[in-house]
Amino acid sequence: MWRECSMWRVLRGAPAWVFAAALLFSFAGGAPFAAEPVKVGHVAALSGASAQSGEAITRGVALAIDEINAKGGLLGGRKLELIQRDDESNPPKGLIAARELIFQEKVAAIFGGIDTPVSLAIVPLVNKEKTPFMGVWAAGTGITRNGANPNSVFRVSAVDDDVDIKLLKYANEKFRAKKAGLMLINNPWGQSNEKGLIAAAKDNPAITIAGISKFENNDVDMVPHLTRLKEAGADAIILVVNAPPGAQMMKSRERMGWTVPVVSHWGISGGRFPELAGPTAGDAHFIQTYSFFGKQSPTGERVLAALKKKYPQIKGPEDIFSPVGTANAYDAMHLLAMGIEQAGSTDANAVRSALENLKATYQGLIKTYNLPFTPENHDALGPNDYIMVRYEGDKVIPVE
Amino acid sequence: MTASETGGLGAALLFAGISVFCAAMLVSSALISGLGLGSMYGLLALGFHITHAVSSTVNFAQGSAMMLGAVLCFTFWVTFQWPLTLAVIAGLGLCAVWGAIVERTAVRPFVQRGSNAWLMATVALGIVLENVVLFTFGKDPRGMPAGLLTTNSVEVAGIRIQLLQLLIPVVGLLFAAAIQIFFQRFHYGKALLAVVQNKDAARLMGIDVERVVMASFALSGFLAGVAGIMVAPLFTISPTMGTLFGIKAFAVAILGGIGNAWGVMLAGLIYGVAEALIVALAGSTYSQIATFALVILALAIRPTGLFGHAEVKKV
Repeated sequence: MWRECSMWRVLRGAPAWVFAAALLFSFAGGAPFAAEPVKVGHVAALSGASAQSGEAITRGVALAIDEINAKGGLLGGRKLELIQRDDESNPPKGLIAARELIFQEKVAAIFGGIDTPVSLAIVPLVNKEKTPFMGVWAAGTGITRNGANPNSVFRVSAVDDDVDIKLLKYANEKFRAKKAGLMLINNPWGQSNEKGLIAAAKDNPAITIAGISKFENNDVDMVPHLTRLKEAGADAIILVVNAPPGAQMMKSRERMGWTVPVVSHWGISGGRFPELAGPTAGDAHFIQTYSFFGKQSPTGERVLAALKKKYPQIKGPEDIFSPVGTANAYDAMHLLAMGIEQAGSTDANAVRSALENLKATYQGLIKTYNLPFTPENHDALGPNDYIMVRYEGDKVIPVE
Repeated sequence: MTASETGGLGAALLFAGISVFCAAMLVSSALISGLGLGSMYGLLALGFHITHAVSSTVNFAQGSAMMLGAVLCFTFWVTFQWPLTLAVIAGLGLCAVWGAIVERTAVRPFVQRGSNAWLMATVALGIVLENVVLFTFGKDPRGMPAGLLTTNSVEVAGIRIQLLQLLIPVVGLLFAAAIQIFFQRFHYGKALLAVVQNKDAARLMGIDVERVVMASFALSGFLAGVAGIMVAPLFTISPTMGTLFGIKAFAVAILGGIGNAWGVMLAGLIYGVAEALIVALAGSTYSQIATFALVILALAIRPTGLFGHAEVKKV
């Protein structure tokens, strides 16, 4: 009787014992019951004119997270969790979102979006808080080369200074252009490229700059800009802008009946450029870091298959919009995961140091990364990783 | 004169000739662009003129009515696959209905109480419409498919002009002429103008004042819709596309002298051409500073607008 009572009492108190033991165990630093997820933030344009870019980045990050979580997650079983915020291409909104992700959500790292001005607004905050920031689209040179020490900003994407060298070289070699007319958006991204293009022209004796025209996002008519460049003798247009104003430029060029070659930075691939620009959309040759067309590497085939499975509307490479966002984000997420794993924790300083000295090689989508970042270089991609493409209908096809 | 001097003079003349030709091309091209855009501003500003002429109030939701015209036409034509003519008629009809709704909900209740709060109420209603379109149409800018008016063009003195660019000023001037003739030549038009002079007297003469004012707002919405549909193929369609147009159109209405339909339309053309010339010569960074500065300067010199005249108030 006594034994029964005693046993009953023990059993009745079991939940309390289990709870107490779990609490003790977790306080003692052992593996928690449900491993706390590693939160990764993403601040990008998820709505508005560049919404496609945000969705493309989301797909790349989500796909990489699925793969990592399927293999058991990071740091001995912690799953990755993506937390997204819409910056609406607005720098103050992006900064507010980044603050919330760092201080409220306590994310281990933040992914950026397409807009250089938004990324530039976030850079001082992440450097102050030492939260790793992974740029996967915005190409402004000053994003990674920001002068901070320590520098917590990394990028798996193009860099304006390198892109500018490529754009001028391509215009000269492909279209035999000798005088480039620059059509630049009037914002920090345009300014970044203005400097880069002027420097690139100094180093390239085959091509000079005929003129520079800066325009606003909501300019309806670009004919006066283009006429000015035409009168200055431009035989190619170098375009640095996102999709909607880029489309305005193409429409104005069509109205003028000027068949000048257009060589563009990749901002035009972040929205509905073919629809907005109309029949001449395919005349613009632009830069990318990856194309799902043509023969794919084993990683490329795997990612394409996974994209088709996860997003049923994707039947083939032609259905992948803004492929550069997906490709850059996919590789960047894997590199970040390697950094966290090598650091052994989500401690910001440890992750930064690990990223600057990644010991393992990663067979990525864009290339094989071998020491992608160093303390001096926070850009994983260089000019040799860029390709030129153009639209054919809604498809992005390589032209190089 | 030596041979080298002759050669130098020839080169200088050639350079001067080329420069003059380039400048002429630049100015001509800016004129074509400016007339098109200016007509848009003029059409929108005509809406301000009409409601002001009839009721001494203006519809600050004009920019959003313009956006509504473009969005509805796109939705009916592209999304619902209606015939273009039907899409345009339905779009313009709904813009007129929107104008009437603005009058009924954001103007009349305040005017009846002798309040000027309709100023803010029309702005607020425009923002409400923008947000409704934002949630239903989406934030993504859309592009009107190419049509006959945008794919065909004519060439005049080396400058290519799309048919739509020719049509826009024609439509704008036709509307301005029609409105001016209606108010000055027709009995009913004069009756409408009587409303603003003395509502009670107009009522005693059998004029349904409320209906007349509502009709003027409907007409202003209709004109904004015409502007929206005509500018859509040249621009991108989005919920916020009308904001800046609305502000510029109001500046144009004031610049022209809001009581004069021809004046408003001509001011639209002047504003559009000035804007295009500034962009051509100095870039668009300075265009808004310069154009609005010009408006202020013009009003400082002629406070009643370029083509307006001071109202006589009998006491």
